[in-house]
Amino acid sequence: MMNLLQEKREAAKLRINTLKMPEGGWSFAARAAALERVKRTGLPSRRDEYWKFTNPETLVKQATESAALFKSDEVPFFETDRLKIVFIDGVFCESSSDDLVLNGIEIDRLADVIPNKVHWAQSIYGVIESRGQTPVERPLAALNTAFATDGVLINVKRTPSKPVSLIYDHSSENSDAILHHVIKVNSGASLTVLENGPAAARFNKCMEIQLAEGASFHHIRTQGRDHERRASTHMFAQLNASSTFKSFTLTVNGRLTRNEVVVELSGENSIANIAGACVGDGDFHHDDTVFVTHAAENCDSRQVFKKVLRNGATGVFQGKILVKQCAQKTDGYQISQALLLDNDSQFNAKPELEIYADDVVCSHGSTSGAIDEEALFYLRSRGVERAEAADLLTLAFLGEAVEEIEDESLTEQIVSLLSSWLMRHRPS
Amino acid sequence: MLEINNLRVDLEENGKSILKGINLTVGTGSVHAIMGPNGSGKSTLSYVLSGRDGYSVTEGSIKLDGEDLLSKEAEERAAHGLFLAFQYPVEIPGVGNLTFLRTAVNAQRKVRGEPEMKSGEFLKLVREKAQELKIDSEMLKRSVNVGFSGGEKKRNEILQMIMLEPKLCVLDETDSGLDIDAMKLVSSGVNALRDEKRGFLVITHYQRLLNYIQPDFVHILVDGRIVKSGTGELALEVEHNGYADILAEMA
Repeated sequence: MMNLLQEKREAAKLRINTLKMPEGGWSFAARAAALERVKRTGLPSRRDEYWKFTNPETLVKQATESAALFKSDEVPFFETDRLKIVFIDGVFCESSSDDLVLNGIEIDRLADVIPNKVHWAQSIYGVIESRGQTPVERPLAALNTAFATDGVLINVKRTPSKPVSLIYDHSSENSDAILHHVIKVNSGASLTVLENGPAAARFNKCMEIQLAEGASFHHIRTQGRDHERRASTHMFAQLNASSTFKSFTLTVNGRLTRNEVVVELSGENSIANIAGACVGDGDFHHDDTVFVTHAAENCDSRQVFKKVLRNGATGVFQGKILVKQCAQKTDGYQISQALLLDNDSQFNAKPELEIYADDVVCSHGSTSGAIDEEALFYLRSRGVERAEAADLLTLAFLGEAVEEIEDESLTEQIVSLLSSWLMRHRPS
Repeated sequence: MLEINNLRVDLEENGKSILKGINLTVGTGSVHAIMGPNGSGKSTLSYVLSGRDGYSVTEGSIKLDGEDLLSKEAEERAAHGLFLAFQYPVEIPGVGNLTFLRTAVNAQRKVRGEPEMKSGEFLKLVREKAQELKIDSEMLKRSVNVGFSGGEKKRNEILQMIMLEPKLCVLDETDSGLDIDAMKLVSSGVNALRDEKRGFLVITHYQRLLNYIQPDFVHILVDGRIVKSGTGELALEVEHNGYADILAEMA
């Protein structure tokens, strides 16, 4: 039998053989370094500690499992004024997108600028990702850096008038998409990014975000009802002084979704809030893996994750707060909770704190449980039907995560997506 | 209006017999009080009326306006006009008090084939009724009963009762945990609802609530049976002599 590392390297070799790395240009050095990382570490195996609760096989293997197409008219689009950038099966679609022009920001399509000798994104592309590879390796992100041929590079100089909306669609049942986005928010500016839509049968997405002093970044994502997709996503964020990073993800359905968020608070007084709500029914597997590093004084971080699971659905949460010795006055909070609507569903949680500073406040909690029967009876005794009462309590459970979204109209849209999902998935 | 006939109830978990043959009729427009020592089955009676799980009815019947209640779910009983004011109102984090009230009002209207109450109309009514109970708008916005004091929770129960306009109001130990001022507020809320069409079943350990909500009839419940019935005087008797005399009479 091969040892684990040999097996992982073998898997990487097979996968790499199916992909083609763009030659030359400003990103070449970063790509070559990323490729070396993947060759060295290999690709994830289910025998990896970091993949203990999620089997990476379908994310790693050469061929993509096919996934039924999802009717795009049913895709929950954000109803708000926004700049639309559309990718179909991982390829930018000019005809469906708005012009990539928005006051205060510079947007490039990655595919267009790969051959360029220089680009502002060079200081970020693959750089923040590689910083996020220690102490835990994330080979799917390195693979992404090496081989991504499309994505957007957004340089925010002044706060734009509306959010940038990344819309993913698919047109092929066997699409295997790799997208890489880079976002740089300059001092004092702010950007909101929305993401939604079924991207591909297999989707590997990486987003690197660098926030300058006083910059802020808001991210709201819905991962929709394209149930058969298999997605692995990474967000790597590096926060300088007094910057703010806020990310919320709603996931409804999905056979396999692994969302990793890796945040480094490297400037004083910066804030990172990462939240997620997911609802899954049946062969649903959702994994939130979060790693927050406090590397400067006086920073706050929050991780709030809520999962509603039924009919054998599986939820995973691996969340870590690492407080370095220099990061005094850290305020770290982490909560992960699952509402299990039946006995078949399961929630695996691995909350971790690792603290080297002595003057910090950090707390974490993780629970899983059923619907509160007392509360259910109280609602029913007032005339609310059992199913509706259960929905109300389920939405209330998800509320703590949803409330992390700052924009009220987006909150309402998320809540209405959730309630219609619950209505469709009421036990018969 | 409410007819309870030879009601016998066991606890589901251990088969222990709690109610051992209750017979009680509450007519429209009347207030009946049920008093009794701890463990006599008072709260069980209120829960069985409201349709809570965990009890098995081994014999007897409960009818409200001629319809069998025991075959109905809790929510159907509520829509049919039964309301239980809880001894311990449940806290529901994340569900706003107003949302909860509106959902309940409209759920009952739907069952009865009435149109939904419009948002504006509903808000106006709630605010008016809340004011009478000294419930401020902050309390209406908060999660149901979360962070409410004992008195606030009971006033919130009465607000729900007023909004839902039930035919039969069951008050389970509504006086527990209330100071005199809160008891007066709650009682005047209840008294304002007294009319020809409505019946009340007031369950209490102490007589003092009955100074404010004066009953037409008083029943003494001991060990799962009504051992004595009378008018309001009977409550005063209990207040003076405790349950000891009645228990002695039985022995």
